[in-house]
Amino acid sequence: MKRVKGDEDACSSSSEGPTESCKKVRKLQPSKEKHQEEEEETDVDLCEFGFDWALLPQEILLNIFQFLPLLDRAYASQVCRGWNQAFHMPELWRCFEFELNQPASSYLKATHPDLIKQIIKRHSNHLQYVSFKVDSSTESAEAACDILSQLVNCSLKTLGLISTARPSFMELPKSHFISALTVVFVNSKSLSSLKIDDTPVDDPSLKVLVANNSDTLRMLKMSSCPHVSPAGILCVADQCHGLRELALNYHLLSDELLLALSSEKHVHLEHLRIDVVSENPGQHFHTIRKSSWDAMLRHSPKFNLVMYFFLYEDEFGPFFREEVPITHLYFGRSVSKDVLGRVGLHCPRLVELVVCANGLRPLDEELIRIAKRCTQLSAIGLGECEVSCSAFVEFVKMCGRRLSQLSIMEEVLIPDHKYNLDEIHWEVSKHLGRVWFPDMMPTW
Amino acid sequence: MVGNTIHWFRKGLRLHDNPSLKESIRGADTLRCVYILDPWFAGSSNVGISRWRFLLQCLEDLDASLRKLNSRLFVIRGQPTDVFPRLFQEWQTSQLSYEYDSEPFGKERDAAIQKLASEAGVEVTVKVSHTLYDLDKIIELNGGQSPLTYKRFQALISHMDAVESPAETITAEVMRKCATPISDDHDDMFAVPSLEELGFETEGLATAVWPGGETEALTRLERHLERKAWVANFERPRMNANSLLASPTGLSPYLRFGCLSCRLFYFKLTDLYRKVKKNSSPPLSLYGQLLWREFFYTTATNNPRFDKMEGNPVCVQIPWDRNPEALAKWAEGRTGFPWIDAIMTQLRQEGWIHHLARHAVACFLTRGDLWISWEEGMKVFEELLLDADWSVNAGSWMWLSCSSFFQQFFHCYCPVGFGRRTDPNGDYIRRYLPILKAFPAKYIFDPWNAPESVQKAAKCVIGMHYPKPMVHHTEASRLNIQRMTQIYQQLSCYRGLGEHRAQPAETTANSLKIRLESLEESKQTPITNLIGNNIMCFFYSGRGHAAVKRSSEDLTPGGSNKAQRQTSN
Repeated sequence: MKRVKGDEDACSSSSEGPTESCKKVRKLQPSKEKHQEEEEETDVDLCEFGFDWALLPQEILLNIFQFLPLLDRAYASQVCRGWNQAFHMPELWRCFEFELNQPASSYLKATHPDLIKQIIKRHSNHLQYVSFKVDSSTESAEAACDILSQLVNCSLKTLGLISTARPSFMELPKSHFISALTVVFVNSKSLSSLKIDDTPVDDPSLKVLVANNSDTLRMLKMSSCPHVSPAGILCVADQCHGLRELALNYHLLSDELLLALSSEKHVHLEHLRIDVVSENPGQHFHTIRKSSWDAMLRHSPKFNLVMYFFLYEDEFGPFFREEVPITHLYFGRSVSKDVLGRVGLHCPRLVELVVCANGLRPLDEELIRIAKRCTQLSAIGLGECEVSCSAFVEFVKMCGRRLSQLSIMEEVLIPDHKYNLDEIHWEVSKHLGRVWFPDMMPTW
Repeated sequence: MVGNTIHWFRKGLRLHDNPSLKESIRGADTLRCVYILDPWFAGSSNVGISRWRFLLQCLEDLDASLRKLNSRLFVIRGQPTDVFPRLFQEWQTSQLSYEYDSEPFGKERDAAIQKLASEAGVEVTVKVSHTLYDLDKIIELNGGQSPLTYKRFQALISHMDAVESPAETITAEVMRKCATPISDDHDDMFAVPSLEELGFETEGLATAVWPGGETEALTRLERHLERKAWVANFERPRMNANSLLASPTGLSPYLRFGCLSCRLFYFKLTDLYRKVKKNSSPPLSLYGQLLWREFFYTTATNNPRFDKMEGNPVCVQIPWDRNPEALAKWAEGRTGFPWIDAIMTQLRQEGWIHHLARHAVACFLTRGDLWISWEEGMKVFEELLLDADWSVNAGSWMWLSCSSFFQQFFHCYCPVGFGRRTDPNGDYIRRYLPILKAFPAKYIFDPWNAPESVQKAAKCVIGMHYPKPMVHHTEASRLNIQRMTQIYQQLSCYRGLGEHRAQPAETTANSLKIRLESLEESKQTPITNLIGNNIMCFFYSGRGHAAVKRSSEDLTPGGSNKAQRQTSN
């Protein structure tokens, strides 16, 4: 086949993508000798593109590939050997999120099993930041464990086990899960962030974690891990002095833990999240001494204390009796006026407050007290409560512009002699310095 | 040339404020009003008996009203694309009229019919009268995009021209010389079918709580306005136990089927307000119900995938659980939570529930307790709820499941507490779940907590006569608030990417992209955005919506998205 400089076929492919033209160039090559090929290739391409896609340096390819979604990258890797090599560069395989879903229990697609095989085969030693998203089926959780057990020559920095619906990890035989997890703990030796909420992790496996990763561990999220005891978590706090973020359930919280986290050897804690969950009505909860909180605060004066309460109204006895350094407070169930009053009294560091439900008596005084005493408050959310419009305006006036997030359900505001609903949003907007409306729900 | 006109009723089942029909009559010699009954429709399990009954009653009412004008309704079975060419031929049609349907599926169907009409030389007359405004004008005002927040929508509305007045009712004067050729066998060929003829079992069917038809709609409108005037209070009514029951002044099903013109309602409300309040400008909140309906129509009109999660640019992709068993319990009122079950029972029996009741069951199904997809709930409502049309139903479900519209997700309705606060005595429960009748108010919302003696005395043992609660609410809501927080934290990472994407890519790609983006920003701890804590824990600041371009949306200004990206102060 004769090839002429400015060959019509090659040049007219400007409307197609580079891959097509690459192919065309190659199609015309077969009968030529190599040196001639290169010459003519360059001739043709120079006339049309000025460069050859196949000669793009790997670093640039890497940069470009980084922005492609995985699927597109996979297609690109089929174009030519060079691009295929780029696709397999270690830098592109540092992070991976395994999505494990079964069609019977999820609407979302799963990571293709062939891709998983390929990753384990070719890239497991490149992986550094890994997470597993599993749906509510036990098979998905099992598949996650299966992959975990194969990550033997991985040195992970981050591992996240995330159940996107029901906590399916909890339905696995505990030993099966533990042994898979331990593979990572033992082999990584440089785990920095670990998210294992709602899993059957236990004290011994935490010991293994600590034995291998105590120098590097910075973040540990393990809410709702029922097999862990306060002693187990204390071991982590004692050994992992670099721990900056911790999330756990209230039953694991102890004075000793707080003191360990505030010991001299320990870095400043940045974030402590505690879930207070009631299993059965009338459950009793232990108290934490004020001195322990004070020690924490002395050691880490800027730390965030995030507490989620899922309690029945009569279970709040032990809480908010003394000053507590809570910064972010979430009440997931109905909470009484009395408790909200105590919050105003004892939470001077409060930054965010969410009340899901309160009842049919107005929270006027409680809100005003919170405005007065919680001088750091910048975000508040109220649902299913009642506040008179006047008190609400007063509250906003007292907080002023520090309220960056004001999310109040429309039904919360009770019109009174001073303001009705249409007027209130102007008043509030005035004091906030921006346009504000309550949150609405469709009334169809 | 004889002008033979066909008016095609779809919604808009009324003779008042029917501008397309009125226009159609002008200059026409004959008029035939048709309703096309799609035969596949009746068999579809997605439309329950209550909805069918309502529709048939509407058609009967139309037929009766047309009879007074020496006309009749022609009910024809078949699909429009098959039926119309035949009718055009048989009736020598010169004009076809219908009310504009803004829903994507409706627009597609109408485009096909318009093509058939032009091929047959039939002129088509279409007028807007199912919505207050021409929705395309609202969208135009918003730069070509449907508004995504209700606040934005309200702002746009306040800049629109006044709502057009309702058209004159079709009377004998309006009809004038226009006649309807009625054959002797009209009733055999074109009568409104009965429920039995459509294949429904009607034995034991209670009388309709919501009777269909324009006549009923107009009567209710008068009652509705009377009550408002008497109360002289246009404020949002306080919710109490009575609000849960079907009201003789309720109008939503009639608006949906078009038995009542939304514009007529709008103008009557406005007139009444001005009269009572001696005030010239009523607030937008006066039209709450109508505007919500309008809002959802507007957001849906250009989005054929509005009723789906996948491939829907305004819907957050949430990993809902697939659980047919749990879904069935919810749909059939067997959850073990009396508040939820009573609501679903009322829905099934009567076809209408109060909007707060809808919030309660929708929250329970989706982000509150069962973590099941809103699409499933939407389908159940489509079957049972009289006023659920495509746009409003899908939109509301997305809203209530926090899948769209930048809705804050922190608030979850408790299936015990919410009911108890609304109806402390529990009469609503006793009415719809007679098995629990004898429970004292203290335990009727959570009967599983009642001591055995109380259960025995009430002749209803939980687990035997009435199911145990299907979930542990505390545990479920704890899990679910975690899930939602996770999802919205990830969404926040789309900041910057969001503006340029037309459609969210597949999930794996998304997360990878987030990670790689984070990699660019901070080599130190790239994964923290994916699984780490952010300072703004509970609030979605609305800036990270994946797909939709929002140039000037009036969103709740977030604290600082910067704060969301940092992991420490």
